[in-house]
Amino acid sequence: MTEADLLTLYREQVLGHAKSPFGRGEPESFDISAKGQNPLCGDSLTVFINENEDGEITVSFEGTGCAISVASASMMTEMISKLPRANVQALIDRVVTMLHDDPQSPVDKDLQSTPVAALSGVRTYPSRIKCAELAWQAVAAALAGESTTTTETNG
Amino acid sequence: MSAREIDTLDAAFLQRMRVLRGDFPALRQEVNGKPLAFLDSAASSQRAQPVIDAMAHYEGFDHANVHRGVHTLSQRATDSYEGAREKVRAFINARSTREVIFTSGTTESINLVAASFPGAPIAAGDEILITHLEHHANIVPWQLLCQRTGAVLKVAPVQDDGSVIADDVINMMSERTKMLAISAVSNALGTILPLEDIVPAARERNILVLVDGAQAVPHSVVDVQALDVDFFAFSAHKMTGPTGVGVLYGRESVLEAMPPWQGGGDMIEEVRLEGTTFNALPYKFEAGTPNIAGVVGLGAAVDYMTSIGLENVSRYEAYLLAYLERRLDECGDIRIIGRAPNKASVTSFLMDDVHPHDLGTIVDQFGVAVRTGHHCAMPIMNRLEVPGTARASLAFYNNEADIDALIDALESVRKLFK
Repeated sequence: MTEADLLTLYREQVLGHAKSPFGRGEPESFDISAKGQNPLCGDSLTVFINENEDGEITVSFEGTGCAISVASASMMTEMISKLPRANVQALIDRVVTMLHDDPQSPVDKDLQSTPVAALSGVRTYPSRIKCAELAWQAVAAALAGESTTTTETNG
Repeated sequence: MSAREIDTLDAAFLQRMRVLRGDFPALRQEVNGKPLAFLDSAASSQRAQPVIDAMAHYEGFDHANVHRGVHTLSQRATDSYEGAREKVRAFINARSTREVIFTSGTTESINLVAASFPGAPIAAGDEILITHLEHHANIVPWQLLCQRTGAVLKVAPVQDDGSVIADDVINMMSERTKMLAISAVSNALGTILPLEDIVPAARERNILVLVDGAQAVPHSVVDVQALDVDFFAFSAHKMTGPTGVGVLYGRESVLEAMPPWQGGGDMIEEVRLEGTTFNALPYKFEAGTPNIAGVVGLGAAVDYMTSIGLENVSRYEAYLLAYLERRLDECGDIRIIGRAPNKASVTSFLMDDVHPHDLGTIVDQFGVAVRTGHHCAMPIMNRLEVPGTARASLAFYNNEADIDALIDALESVRKLFK
């Protein structure tokens, strides 16, 4: 194993988002919020959602997590910014499906040019997929009216 | 053991300990193209070849149900099963095999005691005393008991360095304290608790004492009579044996005062539809066909550990622990979490701002296995204000090369994240 292999997981874009994440911080006001937890590794991210009068969603987050979960949350705030609410769940489903895809398969063409494509390396690290999913599942939970979600059931 | 003593361990002793690595087939492999450096024995140890052989022999030749048949295989299986009970009795110096109950592991052992609480039923306002560094297995069963009964869970404090001061525990004992449930060794921090000072104080106050010994049995001699505890729980898989089997030692008079836990075959004397009388100890607490192969493996693990000598294990692991912590300290950017003066060979640590989960994934790419996360001890992680740690835990089959591999791999973590 060389450091080049590790870089499929920790790509430069991923490390960049992890070190200086976008959309981090609790906004002064928000419409809905949910906490995503990954008890096994201690990741805990809270997402805050605001919906404007045009029905567009903007997301921010706060919390602690590994580089993968923070990078994914950061990418998510870029991708869910003034996105029509009706389109959010479909995007989440698309991202989650991509993260769980066979490592050999090409990244969903609709996601290829988005930030989250850089996270496709987690597909070869099954124990880390839940890290990449965490923020996205938290937004899905918030939109479904739940206040918490977990990507892990044991620990 | 002081650093000076450690440095003067004689070469012949070190050589004798180092060859033991050869008894562990799993350690001969490469992981991700690098020799495996297995530093996760506190989660589960690797299995010794004699254990693997004993279980394979049992499964291949001696298997039948125990305590039931008149035929030869049933007798052989029973002899192996009960023979293991005697080995365990001698291993922990219990007075009698009636005090050795086989369970599925430490967790089940503790749940058994919490469910079949000895003596007068627990009442609202009674207290169960634990410490802040317990494993979830020694917290949650008591919380469930408290929910059922209205009893109160009391928690003795832990110092910032991870140590537990005997008086801090003793001062929390009250007239309402019915049980002290306490670890011998912290799985998350390696702290060795001062049971020799704490247990007598509990005994004087007629408080029952249960010791979670899961992390003690792989590292040091255990003598339940010298400890003078009522219960001592441990698992086979932390001491080179198989998963799914463990022991509850119980003081005979206390076990007699406990109702059965689970009902079924083997635990009965006579069953009538109007009512049942129960079998004698230890069978009263062993309902149903047990994990016979697991118990055989446990017996083989006891033989194996005894043949090495737990005093030798303690001495060698203290030497390895000192080497590990010295190397980590030399890194400059590593914070060791848990600096109790008296520690078993378990070291939790953090590297600056790098999340332990990332660290664990990266060192694995270099063949180094460490545990990351909260180690099933969330309260002590919260107490020390860390979301989790990376944990390197050593067994007697580790060596300096394993530790060097970790230190080298940490350099790659550093490169990637800084």
